[in-house]
Amino acid sequence: MTWDNHFIILILPRLMKGLQITLIATLCSFALAASLGLVIAILEKTTRGIVHFCVSGIAHFIRGTPLLVQLFFLYYLLPYANITLPALACGIAGLGIHYATYLSNVYRSGIEAIPALQWEACTSCNLTRFQTWRYIILPQAIRPVIPVIGNYFIALIKETPLLSSISVMDMMGEASIFGDMHYRYLEPITMVGVLFLVIGLLARGAMILVTTSLSAFRLRYGKPDNGPKISEYSIEMDSFRDTVL
Amino acid sequence: MTGLVLSDLARSILHGLGITLLLTLSGSALAFVCAFVFGLGRISRWRSVRIFSIVYIEIFRGTSVFVQVFWLYYALPAFGLLLSPLFAGILGLGLNVGAYGAEVVRSAVQATGQDQYEACYALNLTRYQSYRYIILPQAFPRMLPVFGNNMVELMKASSIVSLISLADITFQAQQFRIRTGETFLPFAATLIVYFLLYLGILALVQAAMRASGPKSMKV
Repeated sequence: MTWDNHFIILILPRLMKGLQITLIATLCSFALAASLGLVIAILEKTTRGIVHFCVSGIAHFIRGTPLLVQLFFLYYLLPYANITLPALACGIAGLGIHYATYLSNVYRSGIEAIPALQWEACTSCNLTRFQTWRYIILPQAIRPVIPVIGNYFIALIKETPLLSSISVMDMMGEASIFGDMHYRYLEPITMVGVLFLVIGLLARGAMILVTTSLSAFRLRYGKPDNGPKISEYSIEMDSFRDTVL
Repeated sequence: MTGLVLSDLARSILHGLGITLLLTLSGSALAFVCAFVFGLGRISRWRSVRIFSIVYIEIFRGTSVFVQVFWLYYALPAFGLLLSPLFAGILGLGLNVGAYGAEVVRSAVQATGQDQYEACYALNLTRYQSYRYIILPQAFPRMLPVFGNNMVELMKASSIVSLISLADITFQAQQFRIRTGETFLPFAATLIVYFLLYLGILALVQAAMRASGPKSMKV
């Protein structure tokens, strides 16, 4: 059996249909992950005692277990709780929650990089807690970690084919159904791989644009950039230390 | 009745645990080798080695591990290469995580100060000697925590081999669900076992860090 170009033309329309689902799943679950991750990070920072323990414990548990099993868990068990979601919504929820726990780490290192002076200044200006977070802490915490969040966005794109295991017809789902029907897997799966490579490259290009325009914006309108430099590496170091020590 | 179900569950999960452990350990070993070979290859003197390493890293980092394992298992037979599910799983996981590890090795090596290279040059060490005795011993402790995270990622990703009919923990949980109709029990148990593995890997890496830490401090 060798490569067959005719076959490609046959699957391409199906893959495009799957691509739409993949993109919807990516964008929705990223939106969920970005917002829920922020909530987790703030909860971890503001709560003490048992609540803090529970929040960070659950986050650790989700981070330490495979996404696939979590998806199965949601997909098979939600109906027992009288919640019937379509497979796609279930997948988006699973992916979003899983990545929220990663992103909460990223936000947290952004928050922790803010010098204590800023918190003290908020107290002395008599800002409420909401004002402190909304106008002082978060704007400074989020901007330096945007490139890292972008990296997680790219990682999330690459996790979406897992949704095909709970019967979401994304690119991988379409490819494997097509493969089953014709008993030919070489072209469909290779095409899915190539498409992911293209999407990943596009996403990375977009990220570079966002990062450079952010720093250009800062150069033009803001103070010279003396803020903390936060890399993915340092975040991984931090999260590791946190877990172990 | 419940006792029977529980012992059945424990037995199937223990069976699956063996496969998951085998995949995680041998996948990590392969990833470790790939990380060093291609991480150092990426900063090699030879252009062709550099290009080859970059192509490897970009392909395996650019596509999903899920697609890679499926490709190895379903598409390679088209080229006359029939891999067993276990071998396809180990190869896919190892090559994928190895590509991530290669970037870790590269950045850790490049983070070593320029003065170290100059000192090697001044002492007339060969390239092999300077990497073996000067650069890598300093870079290695820096790689360890990220390697630990990568190993956790590999352990988690190993659950996808259940979809190419390899009987790991996830597969056993699915089978148990189909066999008994119990849903909560198998998946909850599976999640807990994976979490214990996660804690185990963290402890392992911590021990490795402790073992490699003080030696590198001694000058």
